[in-house]
Amino acid sequence: MIFHLNLAALAVAVLAAWRRTKPILIRDVVLLPLAGFLGVILLWWFVATFLTDLMPTPAQALVANLDNILHPFYRRGPGNLGLGWLLLASLRRVLIGFALGAIVAIPVGFLIGMSKKAMLALNPIIQIFKPVSPLAWLPISLAIFNLADPSAIFVIFITSLWPTIINTALGVSSVSKDYIDVARVLEMPQWRRITKIIWPASLPYIFTGLRISLGIAWLVIVAVEMLTGGVGIGFFVWDEWSRLNLSSVFLAVLVIGLTGLILDYAVGKIETLVTHRPKTLT
Amino acid sequence: MTKYTSFSTNHNEINVSRTGFLEIENLVKSYPTADSEFVVLNGVNLTINEDEYISVIGHSGCGKSTLLKIVAGLEKATSGSVRLDGKEIRKPGSERMMVFQHYSLLPWLTVRENIRLAVDEVLKKATRAEKISIVNEHLAMVNLNAAADKYPDEISGGMKQRVGIARALAIRPKMLLMDEPFGALDALTRGKLQRQVLNIWENHRQAVMMITHDVDEAIYMSDRIVLMTNGPSATIGEILDVPFEHPRDRAAMRNSKEYFDLRNHALNFLDHYFTQDE
Repeated sequence: MIFHLNLAALAVAVLAAWRRTKPILIRDVVLLPLAGFLGVILLWWFVATFLTDLMPTPAQALVANLDNILHPFYRRGPGNLGLGWLLLASLRRVLIGFALGAIVAIPVGFLIGMSKKAMLALNPIIQIFKPVSPLAWLPISLAIFNLADPSAIFVIFITSLWPTIINTALGVSSVSKDYIDVARVLEMPQWRRITKIIWPASLPYIFTGLRISLGIAWLVIVAVEMLTGGVGIGFFVWDEWSRLNLSSVFLAVLVIGLTGLILDYAVGKIETLVTHRPKTLT
Repeated sequence: MTKYTSFSTNHNEINVSRTGFLEIENLVKSYPTADSEFVVLNGVNLTINEDEYISVIGHSGCGKSTLLKIVAGLEKATSGSVRLDGKEIRKPGSERMMVFQHYSLLPWLTVRENIRLAVDEVLKKATRAEKISIVNEHLAMVNLNAAADKYPDEISGGMKQRVGIARALAIRPKMLLMDEPFGALDALTRGKLQRQVLNIWENHRQAVMMITHDVDEAIYMSDRIVLMTNGPSATIGEILDVPFEHPRDRAAMRNSKEYFDLRNHALNFLDHYFTQDE
């Protein structure tokens, strides 16, 4: 009986709480974002009705893209692949380049954060190369590799280096003195101090660097593929523009944006899994 | 009358007692500045026995934390000597474990893993089963069984400091160094934790050096109170004996005349140095 009453009370409390939060929840999570999208689509429609020969309206674009949306993984001949395959090809390049970049950048960042000498030696190089557009490396990498695919991966590799190096170095050099004091009092040898204290303490910074790197890599791959051609979402954009098929370009822009969003979200998820703590940096 | 010994350290009396466990002799700490040097501690002499609870009290900036850090080995003395068990202290060591003012727990480890990390580092010869039981025993000692698998961000300040104390005790140090261990806690939590720490200490007596700025805390917990003069060039002004037997009852102590006298004496000392400074 008491149990039943408790359940009833709980149900009432939950309902009350839901009533208080529900309108805000629906408004903030569903209605307002929806209004934003609606606004953009209306604007697009408005512009497209006046520039009919240049732009498709949203409805026309949707009809024109129906095949691409419904069959993302078709194969109709050697160069005629569905949008899904193109996306995967671009993702493959980005992930390989990004992974290679992380493998180099994290140890280098660690070195810079740990040693003043390494910092003084490497900092000028980083400061000079960091503001260079990654695309400027494309001719150099084409000269080295002579092939489009490795060159694109190399450009992504270079792109991924700088934010990860800088953030790793920042994280390592700003490990709280309190943690270092704990290590000293416990008489930890240097190697264990690195693996047990400095590495986990700087992980949130390293992830911040990785997130920025991956974001920029995804930005850059589209431009690189426009220049190198081949299979990929970037070349698709350029190719469709050459055929004056702007509807597909609109679709590609949406797909690129969503993929970037998912990539960023995935790294964030991995971060919370690995660091075991709520995010302090974003 | 209250019992306390009072001596001026300017005579540089060397304590010849052989029972001294920690011996600090003519300790000087100074930092070089642009034109001369800034003397923080000047001529500190102190002996602590093997099972003695010592509090060091003084105004902020008097170098009491520096004194503790030198004993911990985290900072080096400019001159003079600090010996533990006859051996000169040159670097940090786990036989002089610290309880930090801001807990210094590692936020990526759970409560249990924080204690385990220290046990792994220090008690290298223990087997896995022994380590697990040491960790569990110390979790129970500070009543943290329920929070053992939580992360430091998920527990209160009082609980965090209990983890800090459990971590320090778990590696069985010869001496416990506490740097304002209750300073960051609210008054109610502080009182409760003082009682818990004193309970643990009364059951396993060992040498303790505690930095504090709270006269009541010093009288309640310690056997002797070291009063520091103001910096720069701070030194020990007086050492007060606390004439209460352990285990202590705070309420009974507070109503005694000795407590009242001791407290006034310490406060007068601190006030005197404070006003002199102005």
